[in-house]
Amino acid sequence: MKAPSVAMPRKSVSAALAYAVLTLIGILFLVPFVWLFLASVNPSASLAVTVPKSPSLANFKSVFTSDTTLTPFANGLLISGGTGILTMVSAALAAYPLSRYNLRFKRPFMYTILFATGLPVTAILVPVYALFVQLNLLDSFFGTIMFMTATSLPFAIWLMKNFMDSVPLELEEAAWVDGASALKSLRTIVLPLMLPGLGVVGIFTFILAWGNFFVPFILLLSPNKQPAAVSIYQFFGQYGSVAYGQLAAYSILYSAPVVALYVFISRFLGGAFNLAGAVKG
Amino acid sequence: MKAVTIQKSAPVSPPLWVRLKDHFRWIGPMAPALVIIALFFAGPIIWTFYIAFTNMELTGSTASTYSFVGLQNFQHMFNDPTFRQSVVLTIIFTLGSAVVGQAGLGMLLALLMRGKNGVFRGILGAIIVGAWVVPEIVAAFIWYAFLNQQGSLNVFLGAFGLPQNNWLYVAPMVSVILANVWRGTAFSMLVFSAALSDVPKDLLEAAAIDGAGSMQRLIRVTLPLIKNSIMTNLILITLQTLALFTLIFAMTGGGPGTKSQTLPIYMYQEAFKFYQLGYGAAIALVLLVIGAVASLIYVRVLRVEI
Repeated sequence: MKAPSVAMPRKSVSAALAYAVLTLIGILFLVPFVWLFLASVNPSASLAVTVPKSPSLANFKSVFTSDTTLTPFANGLLISGGTGILTMVSAALAAYPLSRYNLRFKRPFMYTILFATGLPVTAILVPVYALFVQLNLLDSFFGTIMFMTATSLPFAIWLMKNFMDSVPLELEEAAWVDGASALKSLRTIVLPLMLPGLGVVGIFTFILAWGNFFVPFILLLSPNKQPAAVSIYQFFGQYGSVAYGQLAAYSILYSAPVVALYVFISRFLGGAFNLAGAVKG
Repeated sequence: MKAVTIQKSAPVSPPLWVRLKDHFRWIGPMAPALVIIALFFAGPIIWTFYIAFTNMELTGSTASTYSFVGLQNFQHMFNDPTFRQSVVLTIIFTLGSAVVGQAGLGMLLALLMRGKNGVFRGILGAIIVGAWVVPEIVAAFIWYAFLNQQGSLNVFLGAFGLPQNNWLYVAPMVSVILANVWRGTAFSMLVFSAALSDVPKDLLEAAAIDGAGSMQRLIRVTLPLIKNSIMTNLILITLQTLALFTLIFAMTGGGPGTKSQTLPIYMYQEAFKFYQLGYGAAIALVLLVIGAVASLIYVRVLRVEI
């Protein structure tokens, strides 16, 4: 059943107008990207957008063959990977009682968790810095990973509990009768059935940690410990003349894992709206 | 095998072992998460309440021997014109880039993209979501390059004989607001698109048959139906924008002078550039309280079933 098209000509005019507006917005969104891609294949790139005279992959090559650019990638992998795995494991464990047991504090706890996801993590960095000075945790991967895990956990627990709720209880009851512990039934029955959910939580935490600039910028002091996010800033924000082409190539390489993981989540793990599960009212 | 079939037909009443095991079996699995949150999230928040009332410094004599100074930090803050300017700039930034920019443009995109060609929607969606997926520091770098004196925008303006400027210097607030609209619109667009796809089609058709124009259908039917999504989205993006640091810091550093110094940048400057950790914590406390109020509203509006 289609709506009766009373005003067909008017409708096609407004559709054409809509396409025009959408195309314009698309172009405006695309323009800032254009420079990044052109500069990355231009060995003598400046800040202005120009079509390279002799495009080459020299910028990418020099990024790949220098320790000053590879170390930050390894650091980022360590920090984000550590945060992602630690968050995923401890959130899965915490979600099990919240999903399976009758706990009297369940509702207030889940509301507190939801409340915590809205708190501005930026603001906590000053006291965390002061705390880390006292605990001698400044400039340590361990301290940075623990702080990032702590701030990722509320949302991770929230998501994980919702994913776990969708695994039917009946499958576990058989294992309970056979005397399986909670840990065993979590590991052998529940988690295998919610692998996509587990993946979403782990990957999403990794993406956020990989893109985080402020936390490592404050908590890690030695240049050889800093991840790629901080080194990009130090190249364009602090030093005067910059090899813009190399920095553009570096930025693309730094963004690539995040973009790839995002595409992976949305294609194979049920879409971005699993992430934003808390958003839909 | 037998046990399975018996269990399946059994009523919902709790199995025997639930009654036998003690009340505290949740502690084991929840302990790792609770300990990490307590030490590295809740702990620092509580500690903020303490050091915000001290004169702790990053270096110098009071770095280790700080003392309680009462409300001095807050008195200083509310008398500091830079603080008041930061509050105003934070409000301008949040309203301009999140509420008007991201939510407005996101809604426009979501509405216009309904029922359009699939390939067209796919390409446009990829571009806009691309701006959102790219890490914040790269977004800052892209916009720094775009708006710089030697940047692409001036090349375009020059080609049309229009005046060129170092836009980051001449119009820092407009620059960071535009960059944040570019970066954040995708989120609102995705939320609104999902909400719009849940609006029943026959309701809109019925309104059309009753003679409602497209504008009337939007205002009278569509928007009221998705108002919950609009509300939660507005609170979420407000929360994210209030505390935004990296994009502004990397593009303008809060400058020139203090012209784009929002509260998080002001906090950073005081705590880490002027070494006033106690005072920085007091600013952090203000940010936390604002964030907590917004977050409470968020939890209330969401009204989820747990």
